[in-house]
This record gives sequence, structure tokens and C-alpha cells, in this order.
Amino acid sequence: MGRNIIISSGFHLVVIFITAFSLPFLTKKPIDLPPIVSVELIQITDKTNIPFAPKAKKIIDKIKKKEEEKLTSEQAPPKKVKKEKPDSVPLPDENIEKVKKIEEKKQNPEKLDEEVKQVSEFEKKELFDPNNIAALIDKSKEEFSETDKKTDKITQSQNKDLSNVGLTLNEEDALKAQIFGCWSIPLGLPYNDNLLVRIKLQLKQDGTVVKTEILDHARMNKPGQGFYKVLAESALRAIKMCQPLRVPTEGYERWKELQLNFDAKEMLEG
Amino acid sequence: MRYLKYILIIFLLNQSNVNALIEVDITRGNLNPLPIAVSSLSIEKASNEELQKILKKKNIGAEISKVVENNLLTSGLFNPLNKDAFLQKPDIAHLKPRFEDWSLIKAQALITGKVIYENEKLRVEFRLWDVLAGKEMMALAFTTVPTNWRRVGHIITDKVYERLTGEKGYFDTRIIYVSEKGPKTKRIKKLAIMDQDGFNIKYLTLGNELVLTPRFNPTNQMVTYLSYFRNLPRVYLLDIETGIQEVVGDFPGMTFAPRFSPNGKKIIMSFAMDGNSDIYTMDLENRVVERITNHPSIDTSPSYSPDGKYICFNSDRSGYQQIYVMKSDGTKVKRISFGKGLYGTPVWSPRGDLIAFTKLHKGKFYIGVMRTDGSGERLLTENFYQEAPSWSPNGRVLIFYRETKSDSEGKGFSAKLWSIDLTGYNERLVDTETDASDPSWSSLLSN
Repeated sequence: MGRNIIISSGFHLVVIFITAFSLPFLTKKPIDLPPIVSVELIQITDKTNIPFAPKAKKIIDKIKKKEEEKLTSEQAPPKKVKKEKPDSVPLPDENIEKVKKIEEKKQNPEKLDEEVKQVSEFEKKELFDPNNIAALIDKSKEEFSETDKKTDKITQSQNKDLSNVGLTLNEEDALKAQIFGCWSIPLGLPYNDNLLVRIKLQLKQDGTVVKTEILDHARMNKPGQGFYKVLAESALRAIKMCQPLRVPTEGYERWKELQLNFDAKEMLEG
Repeated sequence: MRYLKYILIIFLLNQSNVNALIEVDITRGNLNPLPIAVSSLSIEKASNEELQKILKKKNIGAEISKVVENNLLTSGLFNPLNKDAFLQKPDIAHLKPRFEDWSLIKAQALITGKVIYENEKLRVEFRLWDVLAGKEMMALAFTTVPTNWRRVGHIITDKVYERLTGEKGYFDTRIIYVSEKGPKTKRIKKLAIMDQDGFNIKYLTLGNELVLTPRFNPTNQMVTYLSYFRNLPRVYLLDIETGIQEVVGDFPGMTFAPRFSPNGKKIIMSFAMDGNSDIYTMDLENRVVERITNHPSIDTSPSYSPDGKYICFNSDRSGYQQIYVMKSDGTKVKRISFGKGLYGTPVWSPRGDLIAFTKLHKGKFYIGVMRTDGSGERLLTENFYQEAPSWSPNGRVLIFYRETKSDSEGKGFSAKLWSIDLTGYNERLVDTETDASDPSWSSLLSN
């Protein structure tokens, strides 16, 4: 009897242990914050720093010449690193982006702390390669920065890093903005009802839609849900009108299947 | 073994997160009118010749499509495309549209149709196509007498509207109003009725008595209105189909705005008894009058909620004219309007979610809507003088009348009907032969 209790408790402990180290909310915790903050910064820099690109280039040159200590001091704090991840959205001039990032680091040296410096020590080599700056900043993603050298795209490495997380905010914003323009919302819908239509898409690499699937298809035939058909059709029209969708240039595996949740409630409630 | 099961579940939980489908929330869209192509309805030569003789119209197919096109345009929700841009002929398009051609001109929906004259009847087929999906959305056929061709156009519009917006249409309806003629000080007022698009106007009274506030029965084509007979206010019932008119009763003092209950079995109105104006109902079967409010203030303009459980009305019991809501038995009176200015003529929406009203503030008149608890007040239109809003049967559009300024002799005066939808952007003049006031919108005729 006593032996069984011990075995049982042992197994329970194992289960608790595994749970504690494998549940998504626990493992995800350190990754959570950064992507959200980063997108905003990148958007701002996209607009504000472009005129200063020549100046920033000079700064890059200086950085290349600097000693190792100095390089470490220029590492951005962890939060900023994550902010830069959303760069993966195709932008008109990647070089400008890279320059911006470096410039930003230099402009905020007072924000650096000891921890950051220490962590950044092992990334010195990559810092010399301007194409890999984003990866270098990300102290925890050294491996990914290595792979980036092959593709010659800073942001792609981070895309891969985010392959299990979702689209970056920039990527998501680009897609949303496109579909917002295509979706003509039927105005006669009962806004007190559930106005959510979930559509699963299969996409080609160029953003054209291979297949659409309405996930709550059964709702169409339910009594009193006639409006749902109208809403679903309007969403399908929007997808067709928008083709090819503005999808990221890289990381196809990540977004070859997408789910779009069309919700008209916010618009109709005004 | 048992524990392995749990471990597996936990493992799967973790895996499911890893392979999660990327989701993107689309919470905004555009409210621009939907581009729609309304192709002329095709008609064979023999049918056309026959119909030309009867209706004196060159091409009845084209005429019906014009009715549909005009209806869709005035709704503000559709943008009918110019027919000159159409690449496919109507008869071929009706059989099988070349969707590439229609999407080329940015049409998202397409209406095609066919008119046949057989057995002295007009048969109209129409199809609605989803251009982007490349499929048929709806196909219907109507048979009627040829003179009903405009109604067929309205019914087609209702079906298309309902299919594409998700709510009932309001095109196969009529509007009753007071037609006005002559100088301001000596107006001749007649009851008149027309289709919602201003066609087929008919006059129901001769104009030798003053008529006011006609209101449709929500369940059938019956109208109640107020008329003065030998200077005494009388409430009448008029059956539009038969033309039969009957007196509901003579009421003392000032009587205002009789209106039907949602089931059409009662009328509700206000009249003054012993110098005090209150709200009363009258059962149309037994003519029993019941007093609903009993307050020393002036209570007028009652209107039932669509379920018949509540009544909204205006009263000056707070010192200023405001809108109140009460149960249909007169209990639980609650003030719902608290904005600056005076509020009047409240009308409950057929959808039950809003109350339309007229507001007077700083010398300007507004038509607005508010929720039934008084929240969310929105003023849709402002003018020198406008009042008496009446809802379309789907609760999306309001019709009201607007008067212009005139000099002391009444010159420059005019009264016209206007409509506005709930967005407040789609304001339109409703064409009438004469000046017009006090409009009331019927329910759908084809219900």
C-alpha cells in the first residue's frame, strides 16, 4: 500500500515537473513582450530616419573600426532586440533599415546596462557584417544570425525565429491594411449577433490563394443565421479582390496556411 | 501506462501550440457602395412588340432595369455601373456571364434578366451573380399583369438588396403624405399616395377638408389620418385597396397624430380632455377608448415599439418638451432624452433598436436617432424647418418633410419630402408633383 503511494506520488511529481517545463505559457514567457514593442519602433524609424541614412552609414563605418569593448557597449537592451525582429516585412530599402538600427543604438547609449554588455560579448564578430546587425543585436539568436549570412537578409533570420509565433506586427499590418481596403462590409447585419467569419487560406508563395475554407460553415444553414452567409460571402469577395495577398517575401512555410478572422461588429456598432 | 497517457496529453498540448495556424483579425472594412452591374433585361422581338402596344414603352426590359438601378443607387449602398462600359450583351450575359469581362469593369455583382410576354402576362426572370466568385447567387421569376412592371423592378431590387446586405429591402413600398398646393396662408391639402420612388402618385381626398398626419397600418394597406369636419377633428380609417373610408370617432379639443399599434388592432393618439392633453388608445373592434397617461403636462406623439410592449411619446412634464418611454399600459414612465433643446415626434424603429425624433435647438431643426434608453443620440440632418420622421420598413431610412423660409406674404415657401439613411450621408429629395408634408412609409407590399 505504502509502496504504491510512493510510486503514485513519484509519478505525480514527474507529471508536475514536465508540466511546469513544457506548458506553452511557461516556455513562452521570455519571448512574449519584445515583438510588440519592436514593430512600433521600426515603423517610426522607417519614416523618420531615412533622411539621415548617409550620416548613419558613417556611423556604421565607425562601428566597424571600433574596439571590442565599444562594440559590446553598443548592443541594444533586450527589449530593443526584439523590437527589430519585425523588420522581416519587405521594405523598400533594406540597407537604410540596417543603418537606422545602428544609429538608434548609438543614440541611446545611456539605456545600456551591464547585463546587456555581458551577453553581447559573443556576438562581436557578426557586428562587423552590416548585413547581420539585427541578428547580432539579438544576443539570444546567434545561431540564426549564422544562417542569415547565406540569405543575405537580416530580417529573414528573425522570421525563422518567429516561425512558431506568427506574423510580425509589420507583416500583419501590411496584410490587414490590404484586406481592409477590399472588404465591403454588408450594412444590414444584426450587430448584436456574432459577426465573426473565420476563413482558412492556403496560399502560394506569391500570395495568391489556392484554397479558402469557411471554418464555421455549418452556421450558414442554421435558422436565424441567414446574415452569416451574406457576411461570409463578403469576406470571400474581399480575399478574391485582394489577390495576391501582401505576404512576407520569406518564410513561406510559416504562412502558407493562414486564418483570417473577419469581424464586422466593431464597424457596424460605430 | 496510465501515467504515460497524461504525459502524452501534456506533450500534445505543447505541440499544438508549436504548430498553431497563424491568425489575422480583420476588424475593419470599407463602407463604400458596392459596385454592381445592372444589365438590361433581354426581351425577344415578338414580346417586345406586344408590350410596346400595351405599355407604350420602347423596351420594357431596359425600363425595368432602370427601376432597379435607380433603387439601388438611392439606397446609398450600391454603385450601379455605367451601362456603356458593359462588354457583354444582355441576352448572352443572362445565359452565362463572362465574369472576366464584368470584373474588368470592377463589378462585384451582376444582375441579368429576361422579359417574356405570354398568355397576356408579363413574365420576368432575373439572376444575381457574384462576379468575383464566378457563381450564381439567386434566380427568380415573377409573373404579373404588364402594368405592374414597375413593381416587378421594386421586388427584384428587394431580393437583390436582401441577398447582398443581409436585411430586408424597402423598395416595394408606398408612401402616403399630405399633398399641398396654393399660397401658404390658404393651402389646399389632400391625401396622396405614391411608390417609394415617387412614381404612381394618386390622390385619395379632394382637398375640401384639412387632412393631417396619415399613418400606415404596419400589417396591411390601411391608413388612419386626422381630418377636420366642420372644424371638429375626426379620426378616419381608409382602406387603400378598396377606397372605403370610415370615421373612427370625433374627439374633443385638439387631437394629434393617430397611429396604429403593431398588430393593427388599436390606434393610439393624444387628445385634450378638460384642457389637458393625454395619450389614449382606441380598440378598433369595440371602439373602447382607454386613457394611458394622466398627467397635467402635455403628452403627445405616441408611438409603439414593434413588440407592442412599450410606447414612446413626448411630454413637457420636466418643464421642456422631451422624449419619454413607458410600458404600453402607461406605467414605468421614464425620460430618455436629456440633450439641450426640445425633442418631439418620437417614432420607434421597426427594428426596435432606435427611436427617431425631431429636435429644436437654437432655432434649427434636426432629425436624429437615439437608442431606446436615450443613449447614442445622433443628429442626422439639420435645417431651417423639418419634422415628422417616418421609418422605412427595414429601419434603415427615414423620410421626413422640410419647409423653406418665406417672407411675410408667404412667398418662397415650399414643403418637400426628403429621405436620409442612418449613416446621415445619403440625404435625398423625394420627388413629388406638389409640395408635400407628413409622410408615412408603408410596410412591404409583397410580404
